[in-house]
Amino acid sequence: MKKDWPLWEVFVRSKNGLEHRHFGSLHAADAEMALENARDVYTRRNEGVSIWVVESKYITASNPADNGELFEPAKDKVYRHPTFYHLPDEVKHM
Amino acid sequence: MSDKEIKNLEAIFEARIDRDEKIEPKDWMPEKYRQTHIRQISQHAHSEIVGMLPEGNWITRAPSLRRKAALLAKVQDEAGHGLYLYSAAETLGISRNELYEQLHSGKAKYSSIFNYPTISWADIGAIGWLVDGAAIINQVALCTTSFGPYARAMVRICKEESFHQRQGYEIMLTLCKGTAEQKAMAQDALNRWWWPSLMMFGPRDEESPHTAQSMKWKLKRKTNDELRQQFVDQTIPQADILGITVPDPNLKWNEAKGQYDFGEIDWDEFWQVVKGHGPCNKERMEARVGAWEEGTWVRDAAMVYAEKQANKKVAQAS
Repeated sequence: MKKDWPLWEVFVRSKNGLEHRHFGSLHAADAEMALENARDVYTRRNEGVSIWVVESKYITASNPADNGELFEPAKDKVYRHPTFYHLPDEVKHM
Repeated sequence: MSDKEIKNLEAIFEARIDRDEKIEPKDWMPEKYRQTHIRQISQHAHSEIVGMLPEGNWITRAPSLRRKAALLAKVQDEAGHGLYLYSAAETLGISRNELYEQLHSGKAKYSSIFNYPTISWADIGAIGWLVDGAAIINQVALCTTSFGPYARAMVRICKEESFHQRQGYEIMLTLCKGTAEQKAMAQDALNRWWWPSLMMFGPRDEESPHTAQSMKWKLKRKTNDELRQQFVDQTIPQADILGITVPDPNLKWNEAKGQYDFGEIDWDEFWQVVKGHGPCNKERMEARVGAWEEGTWVRDAAMVYAEKQANKKVAQAS
């Protein structure tokens, strides 16, 4: 049984000082080829100074159906935000 | 899931789209939304890939190194655009091989414009100017479409396409400022590419059964006829600057409407080419299928090599 080239996710740092950001995906036989292909597919116009590739199957993603229990509890914790605390206007630098 | 639960999910889904929220691959979506997107995104990807063929035809014969470098870069961009779009389609749960299979078997369509031949260098100018011009109008409208991966691919593509149209127009401009023979080449290319370019916007609104649903899903932001009108209105002044004329005796500025009136497209020709009877349909498919089949041993060898290297690493580590 012949195997197809696996799918890879591509992350690119546009310039030093910025984080790597997800740019897209592509197929390649191995990591080295994935890097070379990523360079041709996603950085033809100086879009990057560094590339990460990771085989897509190694990414574990949260399920949008669980968004309620994952993210909603943060909504009623307003005391995590500075505006929750009432201070007189005379107080400066805070 | 019960019918009632599905109805409820559909209502939530439609409300999200109405609020201009983006839909991401793992979100729940109606099966029809998924299928329509797979069809449209893959058709778009196939068009980019098949679109390399008519222009690739002229790379070795470009008249100067400057033109050759630009044309190579443009064709390479089209390969890239095809790849962005294939990966956007794959997020909907269809594999790359299935997508290729649909193209090769004729189940999936690609833009009919690429079934016309490029018989002179001026055709490369006309394609950049008109075909990429028409594509940009379609694509700009898609940058705000509701499916996240498609919209993101379109934003990247639109950024890169503008050079394609400018390089084409520059070729036309150079020919039109050249000898009488060169200007005649430009006029001839315009004569042959004008009507197929207008056909790129698809059937008239009343003949386009998917338009209403696609507008609702924001997969389309303007109708075929609106986009076609926009193309005519912005292209005619560009032809005037070149000093050549479109092959349409009915073309006339309509002062009251503030836009051009233009003649009727030959819809028989349109449907003939869509159904596979255009001048180059057979040649294009033979080129694609041939490239895929002749590349099989390369893909297999790369996979075997990758496995061998991986095993070597494991052996060294133990």
